[in-house]
Amino acid sequence: MKYLDEFRDPVVARRILDEINRVVTRPWVIMEICGGQTHSIIRNGIDQILPRGIELVHGPGCPVCVTPLELIDKAINIASRPGVIFTSFGDMLRVPGSEKDLFIAKSEGADVRVVYSPLDAVKIARENPEREVVFFAVGFETTAPNNAMAVWQAYKEGLKNFSILVSHVLVPPAMSALLSSPRNRVQGYLAAGHVCAIMGWEEYEPIVEKYNVPIVVTGFEPVDILEGILMTVTQLERGEARIENQYSRAVQRDGNPPAKKLIREVFQVSDRKWRGIGSIPMSGFQLAEAFRAFDAEARFNTGPIEVEEPALCISGEILQGLRKPHECPAFGRQCTPQTPLGATMVSSEGACAAYHAYHRKRLVDETV
Amino acid sequence: MKPSEFKTNGLTGEAAATNKGAALSEASFGTCPLPITAHDTVQLGHGSGGKMTNDLISKLFVWAFDNPALKRMDDSAVLPLGASRLAISTDSFIVDPIFFPGGDIGELAVYGTVNDVAMSGARPLYISLAFILEEGFPLADLRRIVESVRRAADRSGVTVVTGDTKVLNRGKGDGVFINTTGVGLIERPVELSSSNVRPGDRLIVSGSIGEHGMAILSKREGLEFESPIVSDAAPLSELVDAVLDAVPEGVHALRDATRGGVAAVLNEFAVAARVGIRIEEGTVPVEPAVAGACEFLGLDPLHVANEGKMIVAVEDAHAARVLEVMQAHALGRDAAIIGTATDTDAGMVIMRTRLGGTRVVDMLVGEQLPRIC
Repeated sequence: MKYLDEFRDPVVARRILDEINRVVTRPWVIMEICGGQTHSIIRNGIDQILPRGIELVHGPGCPVCVTPLELIDKAINIASRPGVIFTSFGDMLRVPGSEKDLFIAKSEGADVRVVYSPLDAVKIARENPEREVVFFAVGFETTAPNNAMAVWQAYKEGLKNFSILVSHVLVPPAMSALLSSPRNRVQGYLAAGHVCAIMGWEEYEPIVEKYNVPIVVTGFEPVDILEGILMTVTQLERGEARIENQYSRAVQRDGNPPAKKLIREVFQVSDRKWRGIGSIPMSGFQLAEAFRAFDAEARFNTGPIEVEEPALCISGEILQGLRKPHECPAFGRQCTPQTPLGATMVSSEGACAAYHAYHRKRLVDETV
Repeated sequence: MKPSEFKTNGLTGEAAATNKGAALSEASFGTCPLPITAHDTVQLGHGSGGKMTNDLISKLFVWAFDNPALKRMDDSAVLPLGASRLAISTDSFIVDPIFFPGGDIGELAVYGTVNDVAMSGARPLYISLAFILEEGFPLADLRRIVESVRRAADRSGVTVVTGDTKVLNRGKGDGVFINTTGVGLIERPVELSSSNVRPGDRLIVSGSIGEHGMAILSKREGLEFESPIVSDAAPLSELVDAVLDAVPEGVHALRDATRGGVAAVLNEFAVAARVGIRIEEGTVPVEPAVAGACEFLGLDPLHVANEGKMIVAVEDAHAARVLEVMQAHALGRDAAIIGTATDTDAGMVIMRTRLGGTRVVDMLVGEQLPRIC
């Protein structure tokens, strides 16, 4: 596949790996932000071939994982109401709420449909004027333009039966929150390439300055990730802290201005709760004043829902890079992809699910 | 009877669901080793061909009907019948859309069953054909399906000898469901079973994978790719014959890689035969269009369904010959050796990545879910 195979080339990967080995003189802790990167690292066994001293810790960039439990409960609550068609990306259906997941709600009669784009949800709304169609708008900056476009489209068409349940979070505030924690171990970041393709990297400049950490905008293929690691390690070894762009085939400094304009129009920045981490000020989006009519929480008056996370689940510490999935006592025992206790085990991008799917063999070796 | 095909996302699933979720109580099943999973109602995942399906089969059906033929959990049951051996398999078909690039539900209903019979080394001879139709279903579509059943039966060398028709009230079905049962005779002295895979066996896939699943998915979701993906639905009995004619001894197991894909078959081998399986990334043939579509949707081609591909487990000494024979056949042109059974890591399928790392290739847990981003 053009533009893909060349970034999976084992010969090129090996060359970069040799270079990393040449450059590194001491241990470093690097966090990859995005769940897609975590998945690629585990799937390709990248963490197994790195020099021992380089530790990759897995960041909070899995939208499914950080969506708060109460929002899943609200989704199930709305989906279960008569007349509602609840649409969502497939990932969200198996995320356990406090009592059940959307799959179970579906088997109990809720009309829950998987869509590939929020615009498909708008289409469903257009075709079913007598039904209320709700889209579960989950994600980081990457999915924000599409979700904004769906609302904009519905607004323009005057669709009265479309709304979105918003759970939008932003990467830079989470990066700052992690770095300012007294327990922080992260010394360098691989920033999420797709997020930067939309937003650019201007927002990271103050973070680099304040916390003195290298940030390398990195892609998702093995060669991208190895190159991102090489650039980060090189900076760390030299005592530098700059923003670099490994993913130059997709990312420019100012990102995608039309997409950013649309986001700014439809959404406004607000405080957001992150599952496992807690509330982070100004770390997400809510609908802007002019588009409040499309807010499903208000339309269905879900009210506040208070819930407790399963006590066994340590996904919060995993999302902050403080612990690894297999260090959790429930990992692979009470908590499996079939019976997930936390969202990090549900989403294919979640660190726990990735460890469970691909690393079981290595874990067995280590414990024998 | 064919244990792996107790489908629960269609007819049997509907029956269970209308039972008001009472599931199967201890009263009716004595010391039933439920819970099947954490669920107390049937979920779509129970019919996905992955782990949830396997749990349902082993913890409920095999438990309830405990017998040697069923316990083998192969694609078809092999039964002694006088001096010869009979292979029998049943399958229900609930595909949406019913017409898709490269085939339709009628063709699938024949090939799916015929292939399962063929995997035991049997020559498929007869099939039954049962329709469950929804009131209002266009007769023209039904005619088209029946014609394609006839064509597929002719191509597979089987005769449709009995059938059944039921009609559901409008809204109670999804147009058309089909059940077929196939029987065949095993005329060779072969013993093919997933549990017969031995350490050292080579694993051969008969061609590029994932085409049926992606053809269905792209049609269902209205996804368009540069070159349309066409289902690989085809009868495999000729290919099986060619392999077993050329190599009468040394073939240990055959399995068609339908729901759950190649990953499911390899895991079934690993578990049934208590062997480990090692495969090399990059040796598994995948067409660029399928690879691209999977990439786009965040799916792994190893998990995607096929309807005309099989996996052969054969002793190393005969592997080259089997490969040669398969590649000489139109349906095995792109056959490739993808891995080896090992005496370590029993029950696991491990892939060596192109970069030199390793990862476990698991079965899907439930429904295959496209990723968010």
